[in-house]
Amino acid sequence: MKSSSRLGLRTTIVAVSAALAALSAVQVQAQAKEQFFPVLSYRVGAYAPNGTPFANGYVDYLKLLNARDGGINGVKITFEECETEYNTAKGVECYQRLKGKGPTGAAVFHTLSTGITFAVTDVTFADKIPIITAGYGRADSVDGTVFGYNFPLGGTYWGAADMLIQHVGKLEGGLDKLKGKKIALVYHDSPYGKEPIALLEERAKMHGYQLQLLPVTHPGVEQKATWLQIRQNRPDYVFLWGWGVMNSTSIKEAVATGYPRDKMYGVWWSGAEPDVTPAGDGAKGYRSLVFLAPAGQGAVHKDIVKYVYDKGQGTGKKEEIGEVLYNRGMTAALLSTEGVRRAHVKYGKKPLKGEEVRWGLENLAIDAGAIKKLGFDGFMVPVATTCADHEGGSSAMIHVWDGKKWNVQPGTYTPDMAIIKPMIKASAEKYAAEKKIAKRDCAKEQ
Amino acid sequence: MLYRENGQFKSSYGEDQQMLPILQDRRVMFGLLAFAFFGVPFLASDYLFLSILIPFLILTLAAIGLNLLVGYCGQISIGHAAFMSVGAYAAYNLALRVPQLNFLVVLVLAGLVAALVGMLFGIPSLRIKGLYLAVATLAAQFFMDWVFARVKWFTNYSHSGSVSTAPVELFGWRLDSPPEKYLFLLGVLVVFTVIAKNLVRGHLGREWMAMRDMDVAAEVIGIRPVYAKLTAFAVSSFYCGVAGALYGFIYLGSWEPLAFNLTLSLNLLFMIIIGGMGSLLGSYFGAAFIVILPIVLDQVPQMFGIAMSTATTSHLAFMIFGALIVFFLIVEPHGLARLWAIGKEKLRLWPFPH
Repeated sequence: MKSSSRLGLRTTIVAVSAALAALSAVQVQAQAKEQFFPVLSYRVGAYAPNGTPFANGYVDYLKLLNARDGGINGVKITFEECETEYNTAKGVECYQRLKGKGPTGAAVFHTLSTGITFAVTDVTFADKIPIITAGYGRADSVDGTVFGYNFPLGGTYWGAADMLIQHVGKLEGGLDKLKGKKIALVYHDSPYGKEPIALLEERAKMHGYQLQLLPVTHPGVEQKATWLQIRQNRPDYVFLWGWGVMNSTSIKEAVATGYPRDKMYGVWWSGAEPDVTPAGDGAKGYRSLVFLAPAGQGAVHKDIVKYVYDKGQGTGKKEEIGEVLYNRGMTAALLSTEGVRRAHVKYGKKPLKGEEVRWGLENLAIDAGAIKKLGFDGFMVPVATTCADHEGGSSAMIHVWDGKKWNVQPGTYTPDMAIIKPMIKASAEKYAAEKKIAKRDCAKEQ
Repeated sequence: MLYRENGQFKSSYGEDQQMLPILQDRRVMFGLLAFAFFGVPFLASDYLFLSILIPFLILTLAAIGLNLLVGYCGQISIGHAAFMSVGAYAAYNLALRVPQLNFLVVLVLAGLVAALVGMLFGIPSLRIKGLYLAVATLAAQFFMDWVFARVKWFTNYSHSGSVSTAPVELFGWRLDSPPEKYLFLLGVLVVFTVIAKNLVRGHLGREWMAMRDMDVAAEVIGIRPVYAKLTAFAVSSFYCGVAGALYGFIYLGSWEPLAFNLTLSLNLLFMIIIGGMGSLLGSYFGAAFIVILPIVLDQVPQMFGIAMSTATTSHLAFMIFGALIVFFLIVEPHGLARLWAIGKEKLRLWPFPH
């Protein structure tokens, strides 16, 4: 009896010391000079055709920085992908799984889904990790005093809807000529699709056009009834707010019902190669907004081929480099890494915590010179954020599909902030009241 | 040898009728509860709480609700996520419009609203059975999907159809850290499980089981089918309504109508089929299987250091998950709870074969 207890004690001491040794080894490893970037993506499911090129572009740019520059200011980039299937619950689980990885935790998240953005926004206040929702997310998160950790860099859906109305007004010869015209919105029945409705209704009151709202249930392959209604109603313009297979189905249905594709305008998430190629020649003339980066290849693409694909490290197919969504993924990665680079100026060239990266994202000042230096000339617009303005400026152009490629039409649009700003303010205050959040005082924090 | 009841004599009706008559069972159950209440909050990581334990507890509650209807009363329902959504939106509107109410009162009222709606959609069960009833309850699913997406009053006229809730506060105790949420959910689940256990062992449960086994014979001996079936729907929807309110308030925090879609309904049904219909323990096993296994499968390649594209991992997880479902249903069609019961039976005789 006595000998067995002594044996038990000895083995316990050995086991505990081994565990402590292993723990200390882990601690040493944890101090490596690495910045962790989580990549929430969807390569499976109804939205995979659009999610895959975006993720490929994002990851390729991170790999390029590591291969060409050795990371950001010498801090190596590590990343890990997590499959969300565009599902809110899975997206939240991916966020929870990845937020603590790396020596200082995740630097910044791109949720790539308005639904996941809504769910994760609530948690970022406690976790202090910024999320960039470039061109999607909550339109009211432009207000940085309420949404301290959300960054809808480059554009929101209210801005997008506004710019489409401006373009359509220009085509008609003036916004006042829109009176009596019919505009149909074919939208994905989710927070993503519903976001522009508020602004379109506001503008309908101002200019007198008739707005017809046509929701399409996820995943969006059932649109026969929708397009039958469009055929009966004959709207002058159709705005398409879809994602994934919904986009290609809409265009195919438009071909089937004979609706002219050059009267169809997609938002920037409804105007990419996976949306138009399934419809073949029928998609000619379809047009959409494009923001940040158009399709095509530039200096940075040459670098990606040289440093990533030629070394066999490419994430996707080499032929897909330069596609709309690939470029958009690259610009998203650029925004993340430039935020970290800006934060290095204040906090030092070391792995940073989410809160520190947030400072970098709030003080972004990417001008034309910086864009050229990064190799993104022609594939990026200047972005300048502040504590109160987390959008940093928004602009978009129209591009048209000619059957083989996208052609950008001349003319840049910017949203009319006179209408949008009060909407943002009202919505942000409503959120702050609902969630009992104290507004930030930007003057004090600087 | 381990599980022998030698020497355990019951000297009162109370002792004979207790829920856990075997001493070993009582010891294990109390040990488990003590560990769950006092051990886990200090040992588990945030990720374990937020992504595994909290959804597991909430969906177990919903699975218990569905089990009461499908397993004990034999009425098939593939629209139960609709009642969860009724509970969630009822709780949201109550918390929004009557902010003075205590959260527990909000939960109970939300459950009652869901129970009323459940009884309404349970009326077809008085005339149709089996697959036809399943279709009628599917109508409930789609109807609720439509109502919460189109009738803007329910979502407080939000631009995007999404609703947000403030962190739950109970008697001054704010539930914002994961261990606190876990403890609250565990407490609610334990209370509701005990209530369910008492219901199924009592008069009402026997009526339900009689309706399930042979409804014509039950009617002949005097069990009123209307009463039995509608109370089954009501109690089941109450449980699901409370589970839905907890799912929205505590797990998601911010949700859109798609959060309670057909996939969730089907998942609940799968939980009780795999776990074991007509068994409360089966609800626990089924919920663990459906909630935790996919997450584990997604992370297995990572844990072993195998570099695999996330798409491949997802596809593999689907395949393995499906294969396991088929395997368990072939090996034991009555579910994991039956496997557990067989194991316990064998333990009573072990190490002897008979």
